[in-house]
Order: sequence, then structure tokens, then C-alpha cells
Amino acid sequence: MAVPDTGMSRRLVNWARAKSPWITVYNSGACNACDIEIIACLMPRFDVERFGILVKGSPRHADILIVTGHVTLKQASRLRRVWEQMPEPKYVIAMGACGAAGGVFHGLYHMMACVDCVVPVDVYVAGCPPRPDEIINAVVTCLNLMAEDAAHGGKEWRRKKPATGADTEGKSCTVIP
Amino acid sequence: MPEVVVSIGPQHPALKEPVNFKVIADGEKIVRLELDLSYNHRGIEKAAEQRNFIRVLPLLERVCGICSHSHATVFSKGIEEIMGLSIPPRAQYIRTIIAELERMHSHLLWLGVAAHVIGFNTLFMWTWRDREAVQDTLEEMSGNRVHYGMNEIGGVRRDLTPAQVEAALARLPVLEERIKKYVEMVNSEETMLIRFRDVGKMSREEALKYGAVGPTARASGVDYDVRRDDPYLAYAEVPWNVITDTHGDVYGRTRVRVGELWESTQIVRYCLENLPAGPIRVDAPKTAPKGEILSRYEAPRGELAHFIRTNGTDKVERVDIRTPTLANWTSVAVCLVNQNIADIPVIVAAIDPCLSCTSRLTVVNRVDKVGR
Ligand code: SF4
Repeated sequence: MAVPDTGMSRRLVNWARAKSPWITVYNSGACNACDIEIIACLMPRFDVERFGILVKGSPRHADILIVTGHVTLKQASRLRRVWEQMPEPKYVIAMGACGAAGGVFHGLYHMMACVDCVVPVDVYVAGCPPRPDEIINAVVTCLNLMAEDAAHGGKEWRRKKPATGADTEGKSCTVIP
Repeated sequence: MPEVVVSIGPQHPALKEPVNFKVIADGEKIVRLELDLSYNHRGIEKAAEQRNFIRVLPLLERVCGICSHSHATVFSKGIEEIMGLSIPPRAQYIRTIIAELERMHSHLLWLGVAAHVIGFNTLFMWTWRDREAVQDTLEEMSGNRVHYGMNEIGGVRRDLTPAQVEAALARLPVLEERIKKYVEMVNSEETMLIRFRDVGKMSREEALKYGAVGPTARASGVDYDVRRDDPYLAYAEVPWNVITDTHGDVYGRTRVRVGELWESTQIVRYCLENLPAGPIRVDAPKTAPKGEILSRYEAPRGELAHFIRTNGTDKVERVDIRTPTLANWTSVAVCLVNQNIADIPVIVAAIDPCLSCTSRLTVVNRVDKVGR
């Protein structure tokens, strides 16, 4: 859970997190283009490190997980495990048309219904692939979200409540075991 | 000493793409390598059978984000041959320009990644900075940085305006100068020489035996390039050379790639300067007659082949994609034997692996065996 906004040390942690988010990238069935554009973000032209954004190999160090691509059946449990290894509070950005709805791969036999069925997604980026500036924008959006969540003491405040009497059973997503 | 199994992947700090290696090691020496490539299998070949020729091209571009133009071109080339269409020369030239720009961006990307795995991050930054110039050119011509969407059956979708040609020509001298610098660095930079020389050696016989393709094979002295040996697009008219090398190690592969970078700039320059006038596409029929074809193409990583079977409708009956990385994996498994564990990233990176292409293929084969 997000560190509640009490006490000096907690405030310091929240501040530091928002100033220097560490990111891990997981290719869960992408066509590589999204990954390439993320690496292009690190390069001299876009240079995200000047914003304190650091790409880390290990999910245990990361605040934000960027999922590139739609999730293949084989990757679903691995993606879930990577997400579980991240420390709280954790955020997920789904990249591109694939991350949003499958893009050209929508409905293929080795694909999950959506990224959101495997890990909860906080930010979607449009594009196939998104341009590096759009990726940076997504991370900044995610940072704002983090700040708001910290002020509310968790992610609960923006979770949609099902309307009373709504059928929550017949969801089309298959949630993996 | 007993053998130890080191399992790497699919998510690992040293890996850029999901792949699983089981390295069987004896101390520091590698005894054997087992691979699992199928993490990114998406089922594109099956999906291609259900989409018509207009819808299938964007799908095939997304086989791989690095050589997207290759997949679309090799497919349209095959279908056009079955239909008996002849493509206007201007379209051929535009396809060639995009193809060579793609090779440049891919090789620059590779050079950066190879430098990164040996810890030479300065070069990583340099090549990726220069790659942005290529990306800018591609974006100006096609409207997108990665998936260009230039091809359609019968020609190309976008024409090049004189302003675009001029802008592209203006960027070339800078690139040429940088590439000259890289050629020099590869041959003289101590950091690279120490880590690349005599690492992952493969003889010409081995390269032929294990079916290596592209720069991996050419670095072992196999003088084979589809662009010269089975010319397509405008390659028969453009003056250029096939780059080969006899070192057979990672150093040789680097030399071949920087050599090809230089050749690519020259091909692009020639094509831009001699761009023929005329239409950029011909009207293609909606359906293709019954037929079978093996369409070949020299992608940045090596020979790419699409086997296409049509059945008289507007969809293919079967398309089978043999990507260059798949052909090269066997050679990696051979190169790695008796090398140090620390050299795995360099040797693997030396074939410029592209897992998205490859994984798709592996599982399709497996499914075939089981039931279809
Ligand atoms: S969104 Fe587009 S570019 Fe990104 S992985 Fe999917 S198909 Fe590739």
C-alpha cells in the first residue's frame, strides 16, 4: 500500500518516489517495436534519465512496470509473477494498441483477452508503437497518479464500484489461476 | 567437476526479450545450451490465413518491430509474382530506399547493443543518437518511426516528394561520416578488440552445416547475399558490394555489419539520386490465382523466406515464415560450446537475435506436430 501521508520519513519516501521512478520493462508478447521505442527514450535525444527515470532490470527495484504488447498465454503467469515481485505501491503502464486491446493481434489463439486480466493497468498509452515523447508523457501521467494516490492514502479511491445489483460474475475476461 | 545447470530468463536483467536459456556449465566453461524460444508466440501465420491481402500486410509488419518492412515486402513480392504483376520502377526504388534505411537503423541498433553488453556504453549512446537521424528520415517518408506501412500489393502507398528526397540526402553526409568513424573504431578500439576477438568462433564449414544466414554466415566467409544472388527490387541496377569477412568470430560479424552500414548509405544515396519518375503503384486484382511460391529477401539479420500458397481467393491458404534468427540459433548453440559463461551475452547478441519473429515460428511447428 502507499505510504500514508503521515510523519516526516513517510513524506520523504513519497517525495523521492515521485521524483525518481524506477521502471522495469516486460515484453509479454510484443513485436519488439514498443521495446525499441522505450530504449530510444533512454538515448541522448530523449534522455529520460534527466527526469530521474531509470530503467532497471529487476522488478524488485521497480516502481512502475511497463508491459509491452498483448499477453500471450505462455507469458501470462510469468507476467503475473513479475508483477507480484514488485514492492508496493506498484503501477502498471500498458504500451500501445496491443496493451490497450490487442491491436492487430486481437483474438488470436495464443493471446489473453487483455493485459488488465493479468495485472491491473493504471495508464494506457496509445500508438503502434507510441512515440518516445508519448511514453515519457505516460510516465509523467503515472507520476501524477502516484501523487494523487499518496494524498488519498491508496489506490482505493479511484477504483470503480460496481453499481448495486450489477452482475459482476459474467465478466468476459478469463482471470488466470 | 559436476555440471551445473544455469537457467536464465524469461525475465532477466541481461535479456531484452523473453527467452529461456538453460546453460549447462562445467565450472566457467559451457558444455551445452538448451533454448526455449516460444514465449512470444502469437499465432500470426494462422491469423494471416483469415485476413485478405489488404488486411494481412499490417499484420505481417508486426511480426517484428525491427524488420517490419522486410516482412511486408517479401510477402507482397511473393503475391505480386503469383498475380503476375510488374511493379513500376519508382515503387521498386522507394521500397529499396526504405529497406536500406531499415538495414541502417537495425545495424546501428545492433552495434549499440553489442557495445552495451561489453560495457562500452559510450558507443551505445553514440550509435543510438545517429540512429535517430535514420529514424527521422523514415518518419518523414512514411509517417511513422517504426512500422512504416509503405507497402501494398502492387506498389507503395506513399510517394516521395522532392523535398523529402532533399532532406534525406542532406542527412546522409553526417551519417556517412559517423559510419566511417565506427569502421575505424571497430578495427582499432582496444575495448572492442579484447572482447570481440576469438569469441564465438565459427568456421565456414560449420556455418554452412548449421545453416547460418546473413552477417553471421558472411563473417565466416560464406559469400552469399540474396540481394546479389537472387536480385529483387532495384538491387540489380544499383552498384554495391557484398561484405564478407574471414575471422568467423564476433569481431568478424561486427566488421561485416559496419561494412554493410556503409554499403547501405551508398545504396540509399544512389536510389535517391536516380529515382525514376512515373507511377508508384499498379492496380492489383483482389484475388490471387492458385499457386505456390517461396519468396526470399535479405533482411538485416539474414535471409528471410516466406512460403506462400494461394487458392484463388483473396486470402492465402498458407504462409510459412522462416526468419533469419531461427536459422542462426543453431549456430549460436555451437559457438557457445567451450566458451566462458561471461561471453554468453556477446555471442548471443552477435547474431542480433529477434525473439518476436522466432518464437512465433517455433510453436507453430510444435502445434503442427501435435495435431493439425
Ligand atoms: S502496439 Fe504495435 S508496436 Fe507495440 S507491440 Fe503491439 S503491434 Fe508492436
